[in-house]
Amino acid sequence: MSMFKIFNVSGSAVSAQTQRLNVVASNLANADTVAGPDRQAYKARQVTFSTTPMGEVGTAGVSVTSITEDNSPGRRIHDPKHPQADAEGYVTYSNVNAVEEMVNMISASRSYQNNVEVMNTAKTLLMKTLQMGQGG
Amino acid sequence: MLKQMTDALNFNATALNLRSERQRLIASNIANADTPGYTARDFNFSDALRQATGRTSRGGTGIPGTSLAMATSRSGHMGLNGQPAGAARPDLNYASPAQTNLDNNSVDMDRERASFADNTVRYEATLRFINGQVRTLNTAITGQ
Repeated sequence: MSMFKIFNVSGSAVSAQTQRLNVVASNLANADTVAGPDRQAYKARQVTFSTTPMGEVGTAGVSVTSITEDNSPGRRIHDPKHPQADAEGYVTYSNVNAVEEMVNMISASRSYQNNVEVMNTAKTLLMKTLQMGQGG
Repeated sequence: MLKQMTDALNFNATALNLRSERQRLIASNIANADTPGYTARDFNFSDALRQATGRTSRGGTGIPGTSLAMATSRSGHMGLNGQPAGAARPDLNYASPAQTNLDNNSVDMDRERASFADNTVRYEATLRFINGQVRTLNTAITGQ
């Protein structure tokens, strides 16, 4: 019965969006960290989605293939009094862009809700199909 | 005689199968709304139903349950369209993107949500038709 595959497909999507939300949460939590003595501040992370076939053509789930780091340089603020300031008085913060992360979060939560609704609808239809012919 | 009774249900059973295939397809599209490079798939329901039941809308027999398909006696025999008889494999089309995307993802979430809702209602309608036909058969069998 092909409708059961919907749970696999939407389940994979929900799990992938959860990982995306996790990454967003990590980025936002570390948005204000500064570079330590090794001069490497927190680098923002991004997930990469890819399609995973689940059976025949047309049934495709989604999975996170990798979590990549963003290598753009972090923000440098001039603050000589900061304990982590380097020789020129600059402090290097992380390269997290809070606005981008919030947009990512909104998109991920919309996708999550859509897929949960797909699963609920499929479940309702299957329950009704189970009662087919019983004087429905 | 039993075949005549079950033939009436065959058409709606095929329709139900195709509806659930379409549901699965649309769910895959919604799941991959954020995947770069994914192209949305769908199929034309009336064409697929026509193909699966072997009926044509013009010039076909108007009697439900009878068709002009080739008779097959074993499971490996092919039907009129070259596919094994009884296979419910509709031809999948690619959905054309409404807006171009940088990541070549052609899923239009609004269209997919609307198609999903539409397909859900029609699935339930097909279930009701089947239930109605079963009830009619029951009435005919019990005679009251």
